Amino acid sequence: MTIELREKPLTAKDFKGKVDPDWCPGCGDFALLRATQMSVAELGLSPHQIVCVSGIGCSSNFPGYFNSYGMHTLHGRALAVATGVKMANQTLTVLVTGGDGDGYGIGGNHFTHTARRNVDLTYLVMNNQIYGLTTGQVSPSSSLGMKTKSTPFGNIERPVNPITSAIMNGATYVGRGFSGNIKQLVRLIKGAIEHPGFAVIDVFSPCVTFNRDNTYDFFRQRVAPLEDEGHDPSDWKSACERAMEWDERIYTGLFYQDQAVQSLHAREPILDGGAPPVSHVPEAITQEQRDRIVRRMM
Amino acid sequence: MSQGFDFSIAIGGAAGQGIATPGNILARMFVRRGLHLNAYNAYQSIIRGGHILLTMRVREQEALSHGDHINLLLCLNQDTMTRHLRHLGPGAYAVYNADNITPGEHQDGVHLCGMPVTELTGDAKNKLAQNTAALGVIAHVLGLDFEVLESALTLQFQRKGEAVVSSNVAVARAGYEYSSANFTPLANHLPQNPDPLAVWTGNDALAMGGAAAGVKFYCAYPMSPSTGVLHWMAKNARELGIMVRQVEDEIGVANMAVGAAHTGARTMCATSGGGFALMTEAIGSAAMMEIPVVFINVMRAGPSTGVPTKTEQGDLWQALGASQGDFERIVVAPQDAHDAFSTIGEVFNLVDRYQCPAIVLSDLLISEGTFSVPPDDIDMFPPIERGKLIRESNGDAGPYNRYLDTADGISPRAVPGVPGHVHVVATDEHDEEGILISDEFTNPIKRRQMVEKRARKLDDYFTRVAAPEVEGDEDAEVTLVGWGSTAGVIEEAMEQLRADGVKVNRIAVKWILPFHAEAVTEALSGARKTLIIENNHSGQFHRYLRSETGITADGHIRKYDGEPFMPHHIADGVRAHLAGSVSGGVFVPDQEILV
Repeated sequence: MTIELREKPLTAKDFKGKVDPDWCPGCGDFALLRATQMSVAELGLSPHQIVCVSGIGCSSNFPGYFNSYGMHTLHGRALAVATGVKMANQTLTVLVTGGDGDGYGIGGNHFTHTARRNVDLTYLVMNNQIYGLTTGQVSPSSSLGMKTKSTPFGNIERPVNPITSAIMNGATYVGRGFSGNIKQLVRLIKGAIEHPGFAVIDVFSPCVTFNRDNTYDFFRQRVAPLEDEGHDPSDWKSACERAMEWDERIYTGLFYQDQAVQSLHAREPILDGGAPPVSHVPEAITQEQRDRIVRRMM
Repeated sequence: MSQGFDFSIAIGGAAGQGIATPGNILARMFVRRGLHLNAYNAYQSIIRGGHILLTMRVREQEALSHGDHINLLLCLNQDTMTRHLRHLGPGAYAVYNADNITPGEHQDGVHLCGMPVTELTGDAKNKLAQNTAALGVIAHVLGLDFEVLESALTLQFQRKGEAVVSSNVAVARAGYEYSSANFTPLANHLPQNPDPLAVWTGNDALAMGGAAAGVKFYCAYPMSPSTGVLHWMAKNARELGIMVRQVEDEIGVANMAVGAAHTGARTMCATSGGGFALMTEAIGSAAMMEIPVVFINVMRAGPSTGVPTKTEQGDLWQALGASQGDFERIVVAPQDAHDAFSTIGEVFNLVDRYQCPAIVLSDLLISEGTFSVPPDDIDMFPPIERGKLIRESNGDAGPYNRYLDTADGISPRAVPGVPGHVHVVATDEHDEEGILISDEFTNPIKRRQMVEKRARKLDDYFTRVAAPEVEGDEDAEVTLVGWGSTAGVIEEAMEQLRADGVKVNRIAVKWILPFHAEAVTEALSGARKTLIIENNHSGQFHRYLRSETGITADGHIRKYDGEPFMPHHIADGVRAHLAGSVSGGVFVPDQEILV
């Protein structure tokens, strides 16, 4: 007789990291952390199968609070590092977490190119429209006119639109969440992880300490879930139109998805036909390969 | 000492005139005859126009530099003739299209070999005809049978079809026959050694060193003079299972490399100074997260954009100080193409052992030079030692501490995907578990522990890396010190000095950081007069040597005009120093060949 040992399915709690978050009480990032823990548990993933890569900033402390392999890298560079991880070992589930300054400011170049390449990553941007860790300066997503420590007379730059930027640059799964709606976040994150390409979720994650404009109340009065609007995520024109709305009504949910575009690793010739990851193949080349190379040199 | 056959061919013209093709054909002809080759291409950052001078030195014995002389100058335009005819000595040849190029003043005994190209080819429109006709003249002057050139042309052009082959062969034959009727060939015909050689550039060698060492992820942003590494990798990637990515900038390159290396793939990237500057923050991150990555900086003349197509050894301190903070790294400067090839394998074993970044300092001279190499010397099976790497589940359910404070400072390194070893690596300071001690819980005791752990990793470094030794005459009156790519040209300068009766020895430093301070101090302790030779203005290596050993040199030979040393530049400098005629202690040779 054999006894079948079944491990208990993991729950969100099993994805709690070694230390508790040092975020300010009430920070929007708590909700995204919780939603991510719930999402990976519901998808049946184990901590060792996931790599969570971040840059620098309050929200980039995320990997320390999340039980999986993690890389807490340089400011703005998480997407570049994560691309290296995913391409070298495509069997890993790679999450990228960070803030608006990290992703849309200092890391803006990588954001453009990661989207264009359609790298199979889930990018969760905790967008608080302010630089929090440096105690409250203007960010690339701060509203026009916003007063911060570095714009005491009001911001004269227009904010980036993460949703249209992501779509225009080629991201194939583009959503927006809000820390005040964990259920929707879980739906978006699960969809993003399952999506075979670059998935961006811009999350309104209010900074309760330094942003007095874009508060929970500000968003609660405006957010409108796209699910309730009959929006078709394959319609990029409609997605962009809805993403441009801001003042009265701000849409959340899945704006855009295109499953027809292959991800970068799916296009990579040396990974053709389910080849093993380059991280785990034998290093040495063969005598035959060496001889072919040397013959061409003669 | 018998010099044997030693002959330099220079091909000059404007970019776009097709200098590369005759260069390649000649190079292949020479190495197939088993002759050694050292070629230096002086060029500019321009696709059409300017002045290019490709100097190919062919030698019966090994050619350690591109030499001192031009024995045959092929002028593809008037500019080349005007610039360089005066450098030709008695017995040298100037080959040119007499239809549109006129020689000027020249030394007695120079063979002026003007070709009536239109008459020979019957085609006034084909601008490349002069190149092919010239190959015929050169083959004749070198005493080769026409069939040797014919088969080389066939090989070069066969991909373009029979018609292209036969028209090129016909033009070359016309040149060959015209030369036979009108010009005097060399008294010493081009010799033949028993075994054919192969040919590579330094960038090929760096890339092949990586492939041999098991590099499975290579990424780069194109930047002269490092781009050849990317090209080799891209061309050979599929066959060798190497993933090659061109990235949006060098910041992305270095960080992507760190990510790939973290998964367990051996990872390398190459750039030049400007790109290296962008990579520096990531180099520090590799040190902090203890991820092994090899960064190649192919130095060119700086600062800033500098002179993109010219050489310099100007990035030493940039490598020594790359990235903020105080951390362990390996810096190595290979001495030639073959050394670059084998150094990459050595460096990968070191970075895997010590879990730290390494910087390989090549330069334009090595990387873009073309050299012969005996095929049997291309050992693509170096030992591959991955150190304390955990890539597969070992049944160990933990606890696992990524930064375990071990006796040798080196912690077992599990890669993502291995059950039971989940951890976070961070660019913030962290404790043994990987938990941050940077923000909320700073901790001087743990900080000190981690700094010392990382530093301790390299304690046995000097037992694994060869110390430089004194080479050359005992009781030398002068000791030459060089680093990196000057090793070959210094050796040839020493041969010239010995021919004059000067007793000379040298040390050639390759492993820069950590520095063999004791061994170098010992090696220089008996030196009567120490001269330091480097391809920069401020004496970067001299300042480094002084900082590590307290040794101050007696004099310097420095060149910083963008062109590499020729052997006589160094020999002249040594003579001047010995004669006491160097004011200020620094001899700066003149670059006679203006390119």
